[in-house]
Amino acid sequence: MELLSSIFSRDNVLFLLAGMRTTVVIAASTILIALFFGTILGLVRNYDRGILGRLSAVYIETFRNTPLILWILAIRFLVPIPAFYSGILSMSVFTTAIMAEVVRGGLNSINKGQFEAAYSQGFGFFQTLWFIIIPQCFKNIVPSLLSQMITTVKDTSFLWAVAIEEFTGKGMILMGRFASSAQVFLLFAFMAGVYFIINFTLSSIVRRQNAKGESLKKPVPVKA
Amino acid sequence: MNSSPFSLDKWERLLVDWQIFAGGFLTTLVIAVLALALALLLGIIFGMFSSSHLRGLKGVSRVYVEFIQNIPLVIQIFFLYNGLPLVGIMLDKFTIGVLGIGVYTGAYISEVVRAGIQSIPVGQMEAAKSQGFTHVQAMRYIILPQTVKIVLPPLTNQAVNLIKNTSVLAMIAGGDLMYRADSWASSQLLYGPAYVTTGLLYFVLCFPLATWARNYEQRLKSHDVQATALPQKSKKVFWGGLPELSKKGAA
Repeated sequence: MELLSSIFSRDNVLFLLAGMRTTVVIAASTILIALFFGTILGLVRNYDRGILGRLSAVYIETFRNTPLILWILAIRFLVPIPAFYSGILSMSVFTTAIMAEVVRGGLNSINKGQFEAAYSQGFGFFQTLWFIIIPQCFKNIVPSLLSQMITTVKDTSFLWAVAIEEFTGKGMILMGRFASSAQVFLLFAFMAGVYFIINFTLSSIVRRQNAKGESLKKPVPVKA
Repeated sequence: MNSSPFSLDKWERLLVDWQIFAGGFLTTLVIAVLALALALLLGIIFGMFSSSHLRGLKGVSRVYVEFIQNIPLVIQIFFLYNGLPLVGIMLDKFTIGVLGIGVYTGAYISEVVRAGIQSIPVGQMEAAKSQGFTHVQAMRYIILPQTVKIVLPPLTNQAVNLIKNTSVLAMIAGGDLMYRADSWASSQLLYGPAYVTTGLLYFVLCFPLATWARNYEQRLKSHDVQATALPQKSKKVFWGGLPELSKKGAA
């Protein structure tokens, strides 16, 4: 009991909560920004054969094949903005590339016939995208989007590398004040537990969504 | 002297210290290879567990996957580095890298393997058993060889993630590429060239793997189509998307 109260004193809990707020704010902003730009980038890479399509391909491949920490460090030291915003910026530019690939996966899952049908009804290209393709695409990628949310929440812990005090950072600062192994292990268990609860909730939703998708899928007769 | 973070003299100073980057690259490579071996081993074992009919094994695998996948890698590495020494388990940073990243990626590979095994029709297992194979034998000789083709692309993507994740070791001064580049950059105050070089080195490792996985998957899909529809040429996909669609898009 004494062990618990030594760690979870009022001050310490508030300290950790402040870190959790930073984590949630950064993760949520990252998801929203990355979803917006990732959708644009995914569409451009998929449907533009010109220079824009190539540029977005270069962007996506660059970020997908280099580690997040690199971007966190590079942006922190090369872009003169406050640490918190540099954290959001680096997470966003990285996650945008991943989101673009998720969106592309959704776009490719849509039957080409949808385009032909829309054109035959007098829809233009952009109208088809907006009214026909994008809604179906987003419905299909809900599980992947949720998985990406889990990854993003976990990724925020990399920000401790540039001393942004999100949840992991606050936890590690707090840990520095404890000496006994029991205290350190309890704090580790607590930190892991908090991340686990957030991410397990999200991953349970993913599983439910996947199961729902399976049960909705009617057996399609094999085309000869 | 030019004050741009990417000026020429800064590149020259990087070239002088090229061994630092080469050493880091090599460390990252060795850690990645060993961690991948461990991850494959764990992934195949737990992947088989979760597709077995024994509840106990399924449960063990479920717990492993959920715990590892839902807790940030940073926390797991910090636990190995800061937590374990308190109970007398001292691991050097290299071992922490291989162990931590191997166990982490193992959970993802386990899910890949499970999906692969479940994609093989049940009839295969039943047929094997009717021929006198035990469960393990059937797995070894009938089921797993068939899953190889299906799981190769996602497995390769996991290998790419693993390589990228080795950079987490920079947070415990692990001697990997990211750490050495970063400490060189901050000691010399030469961030520009250091990060560009580091990025290129990671890219050189990851991009061929990622591209191969994409093309292989594309090829598999077109083969599947061939089995049921008209034969078509498999197209290599590097930078573009679906060519047929985009042509319509331009029209």
